[in-house]
Amino acid sequence: MLRNEPQMTDALDHFPLLHSLSAAQRAKVVSAAREVTFPARHRIFDEGQPARGCWLIRHGRVALDALVPGRGTIIVQTIGPGDVLGWSWLVPPRQWHFGAVTIDAVNAVEFDTTRLRALADADPALGYPLVLGLFDAVLQRLQNTRARLLDLYGSPRER
Amino acid sequence: MTPPAAVLDRAGLDTLIEALIADGYRVVGPTVRDDAIVLAELDSGAQLPAGWGVDVGPGRYRLRPRADAAVFAHSAGPQSWKQFLHPPRQRLFSFENGAGFEPDPEPPTRYAFLGVRGCDLAAIATLSTVLGSTDSFAKRRKGLLVIAAGCTEPGGVCFCASMGTGPAPGPGYDLALTERIDAEGHRFLVDVGTEEGARVLASVASRPATDAEVDDARTAVADAADHMGRQMPAGDLRALLRDSRESPRWHDVAQRCLTCGNCTMVCPTCFCTTTEDITDLTGEHAERWQRWASCFELDFSYLHGGSVRVSGESRYRQWITHKLSTWHDQFGGSGCVGCGRCIAWCPVGIDITAEAAALAAERATDD
Amino acid sequence: MLPVPYRVTDRRVETRDSATLRLEPVGVPVPAFRAGQFGMLYAPGIGEVAISISAIGSDGALLHTIRDVGAVSRALHDAQDGSVLGVRGPFGTDWGLETAVGCDLVIVAGGVGLAPLRPVVLGALARRADYGRVVLVAGARSPEEFLFREQLADWTARPDMEVDQTIDQPAIGWDGPIGFVTEPLGWLELDPQRTIAFVCGPEPMMRFSANVLLDKGIPAEQIRVSLERNMQCGVGLCGHCQLGPLLVCRDGPVVDYTVAAPLLAAREL
Repeated sequence: MLRNEPQMTDALDHFPLLHSLSAAQRAKVVSAAREVTFPARHRIFDEGQPARGCWLIRHGRVALDALVPGRGTIIVQTIGPGDVLGWSWLVPPRQWHFGAVTIDAVNAVEFDTTRLRALADADPALGYPLVLGLFDAVLQRLQNTRARLLDLYGSPRER
Repeated sequence: MTPPAAVLDRAGLDTLIEALIADGYRVVGPTVRDDAIVLAELDSGAQLPAGWGVDVGPGRYRLRPRADAAVFAHSAGPQSWKQFLHPPRQRLFSFENGAGFEPDPEPPTRYAFLGVRGCDLAAIATLSTVLGSTDSFAKRRKGLLVIAAGCTEPGGVCFCASMGTGPAPGPGYDLALTERIDAEGHRFLVDVGTEEGARVLASVASRPATDAEVDDARTAVADAADHMGRQMPAGDLRALLRDSRESPRWHDVAQRCLTCGNCTMVCPTCFCTTTEDITDLTGEHAERWQRWASCFELDFSYLHGGSVRVSGESRYRQWITHKLSTWHDQFGGSGCVGCGRCIAWCPVGIDITAEAAALAAERATDD
Repeated sequence: MLPVPYRVTDRRVETRDSATLRLEPVGVPVPAFRAGQFGMLYAPGIGEVAISISAIGSDGALLHTIRDVGAVSRALHDAQDGSVLGVRGPFGTDWGLETAVGCDLVIVAGGVGLAPLRPVVLGALARRADYGRVVLVAGARSPEEFLFREQLADWTARPDMEVDQTIDQPAIGWDGPIGFVTEPLGWLELDPQRTIAFVCGPEPMMRFSANVLLDKGIPAEQIRVSLERNMQCGVGLCGHCQLGPLLVCRDGPVVDYTVAAPLLAAREL
């Protein structure tokens, strides 16, 4: 339980997302954050819904899924402690591209992204490092996805 | 206590060869064949390349007749002594279903190498460091008699002096000859290196060398160090190659290198081999053979079904880096003895000393 | 060196293209293998390949897991009970489990990289009290491509071991993580000073995993990887397995990341 601001700030220190922000900037961002918990198998958001909210996962795992007609709901990625859930709020069309459902019980720091965007719009000096932090998270996810695409475990006989 | 030097005349050399053959040695020495100086088994001293010299340069080797009848006045022939110690093809074992594995018995050959230059003597020692633990090599090396030749006429591609392997032969010979031809006649100063060398020398007529003769021979060889065709750049070659992994020079070499592997075939220290397993049609009888291989082969290094070193750049880099640098990590010394054969026998004349110098120049401008 | 005859006494299918052979000596056995070492396995008349030991039987039997990727490995993979193969070895450096006593072990396996790592898990479990946490993160393309699936289930059920199996490609009916092996590795909270990592799999997977571990503050000397190159003699005489200054058969396959990092980063080395 993150009972107070110092505890929240401490918790946020674990996430590289905010490392480039100054203490003052971090304090502003903290004002848009709150701790949340979800039970297992709880749908956090659905593909296609308006994208609001960003979660820094502290404990537990979340599945990103997509509905493929004829195949059903496919889980395409699992994210876990230390990961950032939800990027689509940052740029138009601000719609979730995948769904997110908890696998086990999840504890996370949830950001009010409407407020975050307002803070960033008002103060680009805060907005820029925030976006860089998000970019880094996206980059990591992309590298991991590319590693999966390399099909490294495939047999030479298949090529 | 080093035995005193002796002098053999030209006829004495022929007698020495006869004595060795009578003793059961297979004498291997230089001969002329196919427009080159080729190492072959000698029946007599008449087969030595009397009066033949060579004209060597990058990608170039020609015999030329000499005005005198010298027999050791040549360098950088297309083969080295390694083919006798580390044969190009060798059967390792055979397998009979039901009877198990049978190693190939090593033929008890005693070779006598006649005319081993300083560079090649160092190469034999280098090969011993790498392969000495194998039965086959150890047996051949043990039975070997080495008659070295002090070099008085280095060739256009030689750089033994800058590699510290010549022109005087280093330790490891049984006998060492320094050929002298002048108004006094055709003779050889003989240095004795081992008891076996002394025994062999004692079986032919020779006379003690005078101090003047010794001096003359030593000077002739020492002077050869000033007439080297080329030299390696000064400095730590091991570190230079290690730090040049990403050098643009590799692209430059790759424009020229055909990855033909000639350099690895003529190099006296290249030792890489490939094993080949064969079987008869019934599958009851199988054999494993070993043959010379080259790191320039496209599939020399492979992983997961594909080659690791695909580009010519990477393969040239592998060869020269191994020779001058990682050989130290693996075997405790340099792999290069400065014989220059790779320069002469490269069809496009790539020069290992020039490549090293180019890399050194690059490092100098980087710093 | 002559191969020593060994008979196949058990063949277990692991996946569609991998099988584990249990080999027992026909006569005199080879010296004992240590985790991480490899043997040169000879399929008579066909050839030899380097295969890591994937378990050491209490009776001295050798277990090798072989994937069918070429002519020789196919012959070995297909070998039935009773057939006689040749074994030379053991060769190479080992994982050094004894030097990790008192530490937390993080074992990261990519694909068939789990085979050379299995002896690390088995070795640690055999002397469980000697080690701190024992964590295994194993990646495979899909659920049916994991090696040792029964054993993985046993290990997952153990309270004294942490196991995460992750798959690259989405699959129906899989309730474990989906993502590259570096992702569950990244979720771990580790004590960098106490952690020794053992990483084995395709080179890019080892590099990516090592980077995640380095980011967590684990020193490069505490990350051990198993290098691979084609081998022929297994004893440093044929030159094929060179990787920079290393002869992988003799100076590897296990090396720490201070040695491996510059070598894995160089192109076409």
